[in-house]
Amino acid sequence: MIEYLHLRRRLIDRISSIWIVLSVMLLLLLPLAIGLGLAIESLPIVKAFPLRALLTSSDWSPMEGKFGFYTFIISSVWVTAIAFVLSAPVCILSAIYLTQYAHARVLYIMNLIIDVMAGIPSVVYGVGGVLVVVPFIKDNLAPLFNINSSGYSVLAGGIVLAIMSIPYMLNMLIDIFKGMSLEIKEASLSLGANVWQTVKFVLIRKGSSGIVAALGLGISKSLGETIAVLMVVGNVARIPQNMFQPGYPLPALLANNYGDMMSIPVYEAALMFAALILFLIIMLFNVFTNILIYKQTKE
Amino acid sequence: MKKRSIEEQFFLWLMRFTTASIIMVLSGLLFVIFKKGYHAMSWAMISEEPQGGFYLGAGGGILNAILGSVYLSVGAIILAILVGLPVALAMNVHMVRYKIWVTVIRFLLDTLWGVPSIVYGAFAFGIMVYFHLRASLLAGIITVALLIVPIITRAFDEALRTIPNGLLETTYAIGGTRSEASFVIFFRQALPGLITAVLLALCRGIGDAASVLFTAGYTDHVPQRLTDPTATLPLAIFFQLSSPIPEVKERAYAATLVLTIIILVISILSRIAGRRFKKYVL
Repeated sequence: MIEYLHLRRRLIDRISSIWIVLSVMLLLLLPLAIGLGLAIESLPIVKAFPLRALLTSSDWSPMEGKFGFYTFIISSVWVTAIAFVLSAPVCILSAIYLTQYAHARVLYIMNLIIDVMAGIPSVVYGVGGVLVVVPFIKDNLAPLFNINSSGYSVLAGGIVLAIMSIPYMLNMLIDIFKGMSLEIKEASLSLGANVWQTVKFVLIRKGSSGIVAALGLGISKSLGETIAVLMVVGNVARIPQNMFQPGYPLPALLANNYGDMMSIPVYEAALMFAALILFLIIMLFNVFTNILIYKQTKE
Repeated sequence: MKKRSIEEQFFLWLMRFTTASIIMVLSGLLFVIFKKGYHAMSWAMISEEPQGGFYLGAGGGILNAILGSVYLSVGAIILAILVGLPVALAMNVHMVRYKIWVTVIRFLLDTLWGVPSIVYGAFAFGIMVYFHLRASLLAGIITVALLIVPIITRAFDEALRTIPNGLLETTYAIGGTRSEASFVIFFRQALPGLITAVLLALCRGIGDAASVLFTAGYTDHVPQRLTDPTATLPLAIFFQLSSPIPEVKERAYAATLVLTIIILVISILSRIAGRRFKKYVL
C-alpha cells in the first residue's frame, strides 16, 4: 500500500513536470511564432516591392496593386503623439500628488478608479468618444479655429487614446514614486527643501528611467489600440494636414480590410505586413521600456 | 523664500486639478453610457436572439452576443489557466534556483503583455487562412487564450511571488514533492491573488474585440457547437453603432450598458473574492 502511494506521488510529480515543461516551451515560442508567422505571410509583398517603397510611398490603391503604408504610419504617429501630449503631464502630476501630498485614502480610491478604467473595454471608450468627443470637436473646438470638421478626426482618436492610456501610465508611475526610498526624500527635506523642490530636484531625477518607461508603455498601448480609435478617427486614407482632419492608423487599416482582402493574394500579404510592422515596433518599444523598468526596480 | 512656496502652491493646485480631471472623465463616461443606455434598455434586449429585420430596427435582443461573449471568454480563460498556471508555478517553485531563466520568462511575459490584440487577431487569421479553416467559436477561444495567457501568467506570478520562500523549504523538509509544493501549498496560499487574476483576465476576454473580429465570425444565433461561428458583445456594439438607423443605434447604447455593467460587476467580484479567500492564507 505504501509502495503504491509512493509510486502514485512520483507519477503525479512526473506528469505535472511534463505539463509544466510543455507550457513553458509553448509560452517561450509564442512571440517567435507570431513574428515568424506574420513574416512568412507577408513574404509575397516584400518580394514584390522594395521595403523602402512600401514604407515611404503614400499611394494606397490595392485594386491597382499599389501598396504604400506611409499614410497609415503617419496617422498612427499623429494619434499617438496627441494622446501622449495630453496624457503624459496629467499622469505625472497626478502620480506626484497621489504619492507625495494626498491622504492614503485618496490613493486607495484612486487605485479603485484605475482598476475600473483599465477594465473598461475599448469599445465602450469608443462609444463614449462617438457620443461626447466627436460632437464636441465638431461643434465647439473646430469652429474656434475656423476649421470645418466632421469631428471624426485624429484629434478625437488622440483624446480617446489619452483617456485609455491613463490607467496604465498612472498605475506604473505611482509604483515608481512609491518604490523610491524614503531616506533620500527625508535627506532632501531635512536640508530645508519643501516637498515640491524635493520632487523636482530629487525624486524626478532618481526615477527618470522608470518615468520614461511608464510613458513608453503608454505610447505602445496607444500604438496598438484598435476598436476605439477605429470608431472615432474617420478612416480616410489621406495624410492629415491638421489635427481636425480624419486619419487612418495602422490597426484601423487591419481591422477594416480583412473581409474583402481574399480576392487579391498580395492584398492579404500587405495587411499581414502591416501587422508585422505593428508587432515589431511595439515589441521594440516594450523591450526598451522593460529594460528601463528592470533597471529602476534593481536600484 | 516666498517664491518657492508660491511655486509649490501653484503646482499643488495643478496636481489636484489633474487628479480630479481623471475622476471626472471616468464618471462622465459612465454617466453618458448609463444615461444613453437606460433609455434603450428593455427585457427583450437581454433575453432574446435577434429576429428577422433586427438590423433594420425590428424586434429582438442581443442574447446571442451576450452568451457568445461568455462562452468565448470562459473557454479562453480555461485554456489560459491550463498553460499559465503551471508556468507561473514553475517560475516560483521548480525554477527558484535558476534565477536568470525566471527573469527571462518574466521579461518575455512583460513584453508580450503589450502586444495589441489586433496583432494576435491577424496572426490567428493568417493561420486559419493557411489551413483553410472557417471562423468559429473554437478559433475565437484559441485567439483570445493566446491574448490573455501572458496577462494571466504574469498576474499569477505576481500573486505567487509574495509567498515566502521558507514555505517551500518547509514542504521539502517534511518530504513533499515539487508538484505537491506547487499544486497544494503554493496554490492554496496564492488563491486570493489567483482568483483576482482570473477575474481580471475574464474582463479582458469579454471586452476584447479586435482579436475576434476575424476569427470568431458573427451570427444571429447562440452557438451550439465549438465549430459554429459566434457573436460577441463588443462586436455587436461596433456593428450596430455604425448603422444609420436610429433604433439600431439606440440598441448599441443599450448593449454598451450591458457590457459596462458586466465588467463593473466582475471588477467588484474580484475585489470581494480577493478578500474572502484571504482566510486560508497563513
